[in-house]
Amino acid sequence: MNRFVLPLAAFALLLIVLIVGLRHAPEKGVIVSPLLGKSAPQFTLPDLLDEQNQLRTDALRGHWSLVNVWGTWCEECRVEHATLLQIKQQGRVPIIGIDWKDDDAQARSWLSEMGNPYDHVGADREGRVAIDWGVYGAPESFLVNPAGTVVYKHVGALSPQIWAQEFLPHLL
Amino acid sequence: MGVELGHYALILALLLAAAQGFFGLLGPSLARERWFAVARSAACGQFVFVVLATAVLVNAFVQDDFSVRYVAENSNSALPLFYRVSALWGAHEGSLLLWILVLGGWTMAVVARLRYLPAPFGARVLGVLGLISFGFLLFTLCTSNPFARLLPAVPDGNDLNPVLQDFALAVHPPILYTGYVGFAVSFAFACAAMIEGRRDQLWARWMRPWTVIVWAFLAWGIALGSWWAYYELGWGGFWFWDPVENASFMPWLVGTALIHSIAVTERRGLFKSWTLLLAVTAFSLSLLGTFLVRSGVLVSVHSFAADPRRGIFILIFLIVMIGGALGLYAWRAPGMRSQSGFEVFSREAFLLFNNLLLVVAAAVVFGGTMAPLIADTLGLGTLSVGPPYFNPSFLTPVLPLLALLAIGIHARWRRGALSDSRRPILITLGLSLLLAAALVLGIYSHPIALTPVGATLGCWIILSSLIEPFNRLRRGLRVPAPLLGMTVAHIGVGVFVLGITFVKSNSIELDVALKAGQSASVGEYSFRYEGVQNFEGPNYEVVRGTISVSRHGRPVTVLRPEKRRYWVQGSVQTTAAIAAGLNRDLLAALGDDVGAGAYSLRLQYRPLIRNVWLGALIMAIGGIITVIGRRQRTTVLKATAPLGLAPERGGAL
Amino acid sequence: MKAPALLAIGLLAWASFALAVDSTPPLSNPVLQQRYLALTHELRCMQCQNEALADSPVGLASDLRRDVRELLQAGQSDDQIRDHMVARYGEFILLRPRMNWRNAWLWSAPAVFMLIGVIIAVRVLRDRRRRVDIDELDADVEPSER
Repeated sequence: MNRFVLPLAAFALLLIVLIVGLRHAPEKGVIVSPLLGKSAPQFTLPDLLDEQNQLRTDALRGHWSLVNVWGTWCEECRVEHATLLQIKQQGRVPIIGIDWKDDDAQARSWLSEMGNPYDHVGADREGRVAIDWGVYGAPESFLVNPAGTVVYKHVGALSPQIWAQEFLPHLL
Repeated sequence: MGVELGHYALILALLLAAAQGFFGLLGPSLARERWFAVARSAACGQFVFVVLATAVLVNAFVQDDFSVRYVAENSNSALPLFYRVSALWGAHEGSLLLWILVLGGWTMAVVARLRYLPAPFGARVLGVLGLISFGFLLFTLCTSNPFARLLPAVPDGNDLNPVLQDFALAVHPPILYTGYVGFAVSFAFACAAMIEGRRDQLWARWMRPWTVIVWAFLAWGIALGSWWAYYELGWGGFWFWDPVENASFMPWLVGTALIHSIAVTERRGLFKSWTLLLAVTAFSLSLLGTFLVRSGVLVSVHSFAADPRRGIFILIFLIVMIGGALGLYAWRAPGMRSQSGFEVFSREAFLLFNNLLLVVAAAVVFGGTMAPLIADTLGLGTLSVGPPYFNPSFLTPVLPLLALLAIGIHARWRRGALSDSRRPILITLGLSLLLAAALVLGIYSHPIALTPVGATLGCWIILSSLIEPFNRLRRGLRVPAPLLGMTVAHIGVGVFVLGITFVKSNSIELDVALKAGQSASVGEYSFRYEGVQNFEGPNYEVVRGTISVSRHGRPVTVLRPEKRRYWVQGSVQTTAAIAAGLNRDLLAALGDDVGAGAYSLRLQYRPLIRNVWLGALIMAIGGIITVIGRRQRTTVLKATAPLGLAPERGGAL
Repeated sequence: MKAPALLAIGLLAWASFALAVDSTPPLSNPVLQQRYLALTHELRCMQCQNEALADSPVGLASDLRRDVRELLQAGQSDDQIRDHMVARYGEFILLRPRMNWRNAWLWSAPAVFMLIGVIIAVRVLRDRRRRVDIDELDADVEPSER
């Protein structure tokens, strides 16, 4: 074979890699969570609003749940708060909140001022539970099915469109 | 004022670029001399309209015209004027316009020097450049129009990403693009030579000054980017092997091989087809880099907002340009083999080693950058590649390269006669070992395995580079510009190597929480935390700390790190305070208020870090010196050479 | 036990340009501290994705570093710690691709490229050397004249 054709052949190989990469590109913008399809991580957190109680993984069993990681220090969480209240009003899926690395008092007053969309909120003061959930930037929301398996994850603020187009289809 | 004016200007530029390509390439083939002038006029016209379009967009930014989507997404009325202008290249659409503008600028430079080239060849160069402009203009108009309106207009914009609100940003992309895009000129020269089927090496002489200047700008641009990242992120790092960084580094590595290969081609007519291949590859890597950061195939913090549709367009463009050029290569290269020879330790041989090792280095970086994609294609799962892979892998070809540089610089053309240089080689090596030992044992203790190696290589390269000019001066001879430039450039390499060696082995970082009045020691320096103050800037509010630094009891400097909160985007940005010095940098960054009047701080000592960028700057200056000296020779030669050179043809297209 | 430890430290120096990072407080066991430094340079900070865990100043990074420290003190091996992180964040958290047979192509790439380079060099040199004698002799040209 004429060795001068090698560069062209190498380029053709490269093209194949790029084309395949391009076809997979839409999924790649966000890092795919390794939790999808697996059981929700085990956790026990003090309940933010009820000193005596704790929030445990079994709160997610037996029904669909939306687990939402948030904090009062997070701008985007403020933005998605209205959407969370709407979801709570619809009443189909209870929302479990994980208050990530936050000040308890500030979190409580935030919820009482802006409304509380959560059925329960766990105070993850040390951030250990968030790490178990693979959280890297609040807000993040996870859809968990009645068996306790994580079915979907969204990074960033929720909006009614995202809820309708990306989360609800899983409930059907 | 309608930004539609800018839009129409781009459309006109598109048509003119098409004309430039058409007349420039077909004119010589059909022997229509008048078409050469048409191509030249089309090129000038295209540039005029691109400048007009750019001016319209800049004006939209300056006037806060938030009915233009791009302005609304990247600017804000509270943004200082300087950054409103530089926001032009803050995101995808605008940076494309910058690409086209820079390409137009280089085209104008070629037009200005067109009379030093044979007319048909010059026309073909313009033609190829026209095709490239056409492709980018088409891409911009179809998928990334910066003049798209946002209706209804918003009252105020999103603001420029705070990380980008910095002086170095305003300067970095234009300079980087001048190099990155500039390889289009070498590419165009190479394609013109291949289209004509030239068997001589005259094209190498014409191509060389352009290539060296482009290479110098790219070196400068990369160094500036690295410096900006260091300064902006403030954690003391300056290179992360991020895909976007690699995208500009790979063309530079190939470009370095190219400027060396072209010297051999020009002088001895060897490596002709190899030089052409390198020229095509350098620009192809630029195009590939443009694809990678805009199509969403690679996950990178730096990449522009990803859109696979854009990716498809660029991919087609790549196929046409790169596929076309490589096809030309496959066709023409076999006819270019020269019959000359050289000895094993001749200058040609060392430049061959230089080229091979640089290409291996570029291939390693390429492999690492593309690894996630390759793994995905082959179904090997997800892969993530970072500095722990790149650092040792990159060193594998580069350490031998540096050693061979110190030796090969003494080699003569053709016959080598390296044994004649045995004394200077051994003396410089010996001196370097001594110097390195002195540095490592004396000033910079706590070495790691590679420190003495790096220190020796750095010193050896500098000393070896000085031998020849020193010999000439000793004999009362001048040091001509090409030799001076080469010496300076290689000294730059040595300086760079010393910088990297010591900053990697002797940096110190300390995370500590201090109350006002407390001190912490970092190496020989003592950092005393004095307290914080709060106040406001033009579009942010700020917390500023004060830290006094002293050494052996004597005050050295005062550092004022900041934490800013931008009102519009609500984001918090930490600005580290850096006390720069030729021999070391001292850094301090504010962490959080940990209560009880204490703040967490990150303090750092970075020895010789400025050498890294200084070395790159010196390399670039050395390159420019080589070219300035040559230009006078070119003028003289052209005045005496007959007009309308007729090179050997092998069936011109 | 000495030789493997020395080898490990040598490889460490080669592989990660170990910065002298002094975190507060360093682990009391120097071997654990060395492993801690190596691991935190190999793991990506997921919030500032262009920084290693060792270098990132953000809260998530210090939390992750704390986790690494605790896992080390609990006696977990380096691979177990990496697995722990990958189970939560995916392969993306690793800056150093794993050294297994699946990634062999990546890790051997530099050596393979070098080998190809050497082969090309040898072939070209042999060919050109042969031609020196066939050439007519030009006057030797000094390297300083261009």
